[in-house]
Amino acid sequence: MTCTRGRTIRSMTNALNDLRPIAAAFAAAAPSADYWSLRLVDESREGLAVRDDVAEPSVLGLSRGAMVTVVAGAGIGYGATSDLSAAGLRAALDRALGCAELHGRLGLFDARQTPRSALCAEYRSPVAEPWESWTLPDKLAILFDACKRLDLGERIVERAAWLGHQRVAQLLVTSDGAEIAQSFEYVHCGLSATAHVDGQTQTRRGGGADQAQQGGLERVAAGALVDDAERVAGEAIALVEAPECPTGRRDLLLLPSQMTLQIHESIGHPLELDRILGDERNYAGQSFVTPDMFGTYRYGSSLLNVTFDPGVAGELVSYAADDDGTPAKRVHLIRDGILERPLGGALSQRRARLTGTANARASSWDRPPIDRMANINLEPNEEGLAELIARVERGVLMDTNRSWSIDDSRNKFQFGCELGRLIEDGELKGLVRNPGYRGISAAFWRSLDGVGGRDTLEVRGVRNCGKGEPNQSVYVGHASPPCLFRDIEVFGGGL
Amino acid sequence: MSRDAFFALAEQLFTRLRGDEILFAGLGVEDSDFVRLNQNRVRQAGNVHAASLGLTLIDGARQVEGDCQLSGNAEADLALAAALLERLRERLPLVPDDPYLHFSSEPLESSRELSADLPDAFEAIGTLVDLADGLDLVGIWAAGSIAEGIASSLGHRGWHASESFNLDWSCFLDRDNAVKDGYSGFDWQPEALALRIRHQRERLAAMARPQRRIEPGTYRAFLAPAAVQELMDMLAWGGFGLRDHRTRQTPLLALAQGEARLHPALGISEHHGRGLVPAVTPEGFAKPERVALIEAGRFGECLVDARSAREYDARVNAAAEYPASLEVEAGDLPADEVMARLGSGLYIGNLWYCNWSDRNACRITGMTRFGTFWVEGGELAAPLAVMRFDDSLYRLLGERLVGLTRERELLLSPETYDGRSTDSALLPGALVDGLELTL
Repeated sequence: MTCTRGRTIRSMTNALNDLRPIAAAFAAAAPSADYWSLRLVDESREGLAVRDDVAEPSVLGLSRGAMVTVVAGAGIGYGATSDLSAAGLRAALDRALGCAELHGRLGLFDARQTPRSALCAEYRSPVAEPWESWTLPDKLAILFDACKRLDLGERIVERAAWLGHQRVAQLLVTSDGAEIAQSFEYVHCGLSATAHVDGQTQTRRGGGADQAQQGGLERVAAGALVDDAERVAGEAIALVEAPECPTGRRDLLLLPSQMTLQIHESIGHPLELDRILGDERNYAGQSFVTPDMFGTYRYGSSLLNVTFDPGVAGELVSYAADDDGTPAKRVHLIRDGILERPLGGALSQRRARLTGTANARASSWDRPPIDRMANINLEPNEEGLAELIARVERGVLMDTNRSWSIDDSRNKFQFGCELGRLIEDGELKGLVRNPGYRGISAAFWRSLDGVGGRDTLEVRGVRNCGKGEPNQSVYVGHASPPCLFRDIEVFGGGL
Repeated sequence: MSRDAFFALAEQLFTRLRGDEILFAGLGVEDSDFVRLNQNRVRQAGNVHAASLGLTLIDGARQVEGDCQLSGNAEADLALAAALLERLRERLPLVPDDPYLHFSSEPLESSRELSADLPDAFEAIGTLVDLADGLDLVGIWAAGSIAEGIASSLGHRGWHASESFNLDWSCFLDRDNAVKDGYSGFDWQPEALALRIRHQRERLAAMARPQRRIEPGTYRAFLAPAAVQELMDMLAWGGFGLRDHRTRQTPLLALAQGEARLHPALGISEHHGRGLVPAVTPEGFAKPERVALIEAGRFGECLVDARSAREYDARVNAAAEYPASLEVEAGDLPADEVMARLGSGLYIGNLWYCNWSDRNACRITGMTRFGTFWVEGGELAAPLAVMRFDDSLYRLLGERLVGLTRERELLLSPETYDGRSTDSALLPGALVDGLELTL
């Protein structure tokens, strides 16, 4: 399919319309290469925060730039620039051609296998309540209100409430006629309260802090930015006064606020195909997963079903196509516990001779696409949270990630949570502080013995997934119900 | 963007100020080559040209901040910057007074340019690939120019520019056995790279022995400077900032309150005078030559940025409340005696993915990674399968610290999340009589 260049795509944002003439001028100059792509990104940010009843300086951010990628013979190279004039793009192209020459001489693979895109597609984040529909004083007033509600007395030593907005317009065009216009919008909000008593400090977050999704100001209500304040501060104080999480082997019930991290670190990263191909061995690491495992390897119990799903409305990384121009669709990565396919974009798929996903993503215009997670979701089963608790004789419930560490093959992990709660004889008991657990990915998922139903599913995500050389930090979406694991090593804090 | 072009742009913005408005402008410029390698071949090669302007507009007790990308075209950049200034001006009346607004009203000038004779990517990568022939090398070459500037309507003028390279790589013997190294700086010497590759080949030969697996427990260990850096990176995360101390969130709270003490040989400082980062903070304050963070095992000073200085009535001594030019004092352990003094235990080349296990106890967890061996009788005996540790720095840098090496390594950060980092650390190795392995 080929697009007609310059046609008006409905619902296009102003930013995308501004980018279109730049792309047209670049295409008209007809770069001499076997294949080229131009990815234009226009990004605006705004950040507001109130800390201890004092507004932090508000920040506006604007970024606009281009990534030019060329394939010339056996080589491929890129040039990124913030100069979007014709001369600036030409200079970026020339630098990209120089890099393609280097790759052509010493490349790991023949660049002629680089995926080519002729896709026409568009995407726009669902936004019910636009960022501009509230004034700046309106937004600050909510933050002051929320921050004040966090003040539960002298044991609270720091309070913060924040609200941020990000809008990213991206236009990808290629020499094969692709034209992919995507506009992403995010509103982030959150609360943090830190309590201290007698040498013990505990921080609790909430108010939407770890519930990142696409959308507009409706995310503020979804996160209960104001209404959650007393719970957040109250739990921070309660944690300071709670006993340490016990040490030993117990059943472990992870809420979605921790499942996000568990999925991210020990399913998402190990399945990234560029890790399996060795590209990341010097930095982010490799994987315990090897190519021969796909189709046969038992990753977890039969309750484990994991999808790559870029189509969940509002999830953090829903999109129409990845940054190579590959159309995105939902597929199973793990079905009934058996590993089916890796997270690998078109280029990695060709290098590995495996079927993957549309997940070649770049953090912005100044970085090239690499294999990333997008929305990686653990599919629900049937049980309610109370039913899961009822099945635990001696265990710990853990809520909200605060510490993460895993080896470079994504196997030996240790994670910590903000809040723990004992479970005894099928009932929730008291709070415990500094709860943590450790295990080995390959064994951990086989101990999965309970998966919450659709009513318990929560759509969340992380906004600081780091990887790549040069380094890139991206958003990643995760949806999960609470999950029950049997016989896990848990522990608390202290020396 | 050049120094003169930035100052000219700033001057034009200053002419647009009204009444008592004050403007601070900051610039960050990068022109970088990035070449990724895998299997000693080029995986991904590219160039990034970026320039970012930050503005802080102040009027009375109010301030607002903004930033935008610049193109390098003077006319277009002035239009962009002027438009941003106007947006900030529209916002200024809408924000409340800021009691912690703090900037230097004394004009300050500072200029430093570190030039280098860099090879182009063809020469550097060609040399590397030839030297590493037959090795499974993976890593990145990052090189080019970076610059940071500051100008204010009060007269501040600061410029810090450098050209540098940073080659960060590892060589794999097989799936789990690898050694890592880095070669970075301003003076590219192929012979120095050849020497490092030669040493790596020797280490890889030791890696070829059958891998040793050990049980969780407490083991004597030597941490090479790169591994010590991981521990220092954790301390940098909340350990030294004044705000973290005043809000009781620092992992060094017990140390700061005198309830705990680290080894008396331990001295940690922020050495601004190393000169690899700008000498002036974004608010126009001059940084001191050095800030003593830990002296003789006791807590010294905190790092204090402009905002905290106002809030807590302290003196500004840093651009941000985490180290960018860390230095750990050398010890008296000669490097060539490390293995003999270690005797039996772990030689740890690198640690990886550290995080707080319990901040209150300054307890860290993390993994061993590259270049980690089991040592017996003072000799490398076998490569070690990766192990998880979970231990407190109060122990590792306290009662269990046997010694720090006399020799230190200057490690330039290879990080590139927000452009090529200018952070660095001067670090010794550390011999500890007990590291708690848990998995």
